[in-house]
Amino acid sequence: MIPNTKYKIQNTKKVALTGGAASAEALRQINPFVMPVYPITPQTPIIESFAKICADGKADTEIITVESEHSAISAAVGSQAAGVRTVTATSSQGLALMNEILYIASGMRLPIVMLISARALSAPLNIHGDHSDVMGARDTGWIQLFSENVQEVYDNTIIGTRLAEKSELPIMVVMDGFTTSHNVENLELLPDEDVKNFVGEYKNENALLDVEKPVTYGPVALSNSYFEFKLDQEDAMGKVAKNCQEVMKKFKEISERKYDLIEEYEMKDAQAVIVVMGATAGTAKDAVDNLRKEGKKVGLLKIKLFRPFPYESVAKALKNIKSIAVMDRAISSGSMPALYSEINNTLRMESLNDAKVNSYIYGLGGRDVFIKDIEGIFEELLGEKFDKKVKYVK
Amino acid sequence: MKFNKKTFEIIFFARAGQGAKSIAESLAQAAVSEGKFVHAFSFYGPQRSGAPTKAYVKISNDPIRNHEPITDPDVVVVLDDTLVTSEDVGRNITEHESVIVNTRKNEEEIRRSINNFKGNIKAIDANGIALDTVGIIQPNGVILGKLIGVTEIVKLESVIDQFRKIFEKKIGEELTKKNILAIEKGYDSL
Repeated sequence: MIPNTKYKIQNTKKVALTGGAASAEALRQINPFVMPVYPITPQTPIIESFAKICADGKADTEIITVESEHSAISAAVGSQAAGVRTVTATSSQGLALMNEILYIASGMRLPIVMLISARALSAPLNIHGDHSDVMGARDTGWIQLFSENVQEVYDNTIIGTRLAEKSELPIMVVMDGFTTSHNVENLELLPDEDVKNFVGEYKNENALLDVEKPVTYGPVALSNSYFEFKLDQEDAMGKVAKNCQEVMKKFKEISERKYDLIEEYEMKDAQAVIVVMGATAGTAKDAVDNLRKEGKKVGLLKIKLFRPFPYESVAKALKNIKSIAVMDRAISSGSMPALYSEINNTLRMESLNDAKVNSYIYGLGGRDVFIKDIEGIFEELLGEKFDKKVKYVK
Repeated sequence: MKFNKKTFEIIFFARAGQGAKSIAESLAQAAVSEGKFVHAFSFYGPQRSGAPTKAYVKISNDPIRNHEPITDPDVVVVLDDTLVTSEDVGRNITEHESVIVNTRKNEEEIRRSINNFKGNIKAIDANGIALDTVGIIQPNGVILGKLIGVTEIVKLESVIDQFRKIFEKKIGEELTKKNILAIEKGYDSL
């Protein structure tokens, strides 16, 4: 029934899992010491899957079922500071409730790994996917790594663990709520040993429970020193992009999957380019292929690392592009959207002043986005229809 | 069926509790076991038993990249015939494509109740067969068999293997055997 194509199935271990289950599978291999967690839709498949793995004795992580997300992240701060590898997972209101502790985790330089199934924020109440929750936490000092599909969720969980610990900063590994977290997709799992060796054993040189070497976490720092603490933290953030590239390069050695801070798709001779993050990048690739078949020179720039924002890589990718559309899955109320703003920052910093940039907001509260919607955006770029105002893909 | 399309797409219309998600998953895993690529996802709304729900499965020989929902299915499966009139089950179903319905009504009756319908109706009394075979009105296994019989999108053996793998631990050996018999009866039905 399916026409034959040139693709050949490789002789490797392939399975199909939801994004949530895939991240839990990565956690099984990483076997973190502690996971304080509170359930919220659509993060549930992550913790359901991982709790089952632990109950079956396939991982010996201490799962702490706390009474709120604020407690989950607080317990994670305590456990990571004590000196052990700690993970948690959340969505939407849960991430919003964690907000004050997010700054404490990053300020204390604790490499907590948090899986996020990104979802809309209330009110009105909506359980479906968009990036409002993650964008609300974009300046909290956490690394943010976006995933296009289930394979990337699995890979980013492994890459993210290594990256956070190497950078001594916490990380959010982001998947689109439902679209990726609940979608069963094919993926390739790495052997347990390879993952264990890749992430290595976690050693906190300044563990709070090391009585031989007493340290202080989170002391008072007044106007004579707070500024320097923040600059040190920013210095660490400044090294993340390079660390990320190194970790991804190492990851290729065990997986044969090549990643970078950004992914360029059909960008070489492109005249019009869409910039997007997360699950919609996959849909946009199909739109690019459709228009390329009609001879239209269009391309896609997918941002994987959103925090820290990879200005240098993005500038290099967009150097010769004159028509750009940026697709954001969150409103920044009262201002231009977050990714759009970063793209404009990039162009201004590199004096790439010829480019025209349209802003599109799509997919709020789980609103579907179709290939034809994305083709429509490309047609607007190719038709030179530029606008200062944000456009909405409804 | 749209042979020009690279991806074969199925929509399941059901009521929550009828097991649409389970058969969507069994089908997807069967396709994966044959080396194919899949996306399988369910509509998530207010989930209470009996509420209308949908599940989607995409199957392809190539990796599937797009995350758009299915609007132009190659086949539609309806697990409760009261959904035929309340949901848009015939949307974009053309003359060579089918809507498979769990019903005791005849095909002509179902056909007449869908506006502007050009496709085929495959009616099967999945509730009745399930009652005879499994002992309960759980139409999903029977209709999964029927779906395989109509489309041959995966091999019957692959589906049975996967069903056993996923459900034997959960529902026990005896009930698994009965359900597999239900799948086979659905497959063999005319």
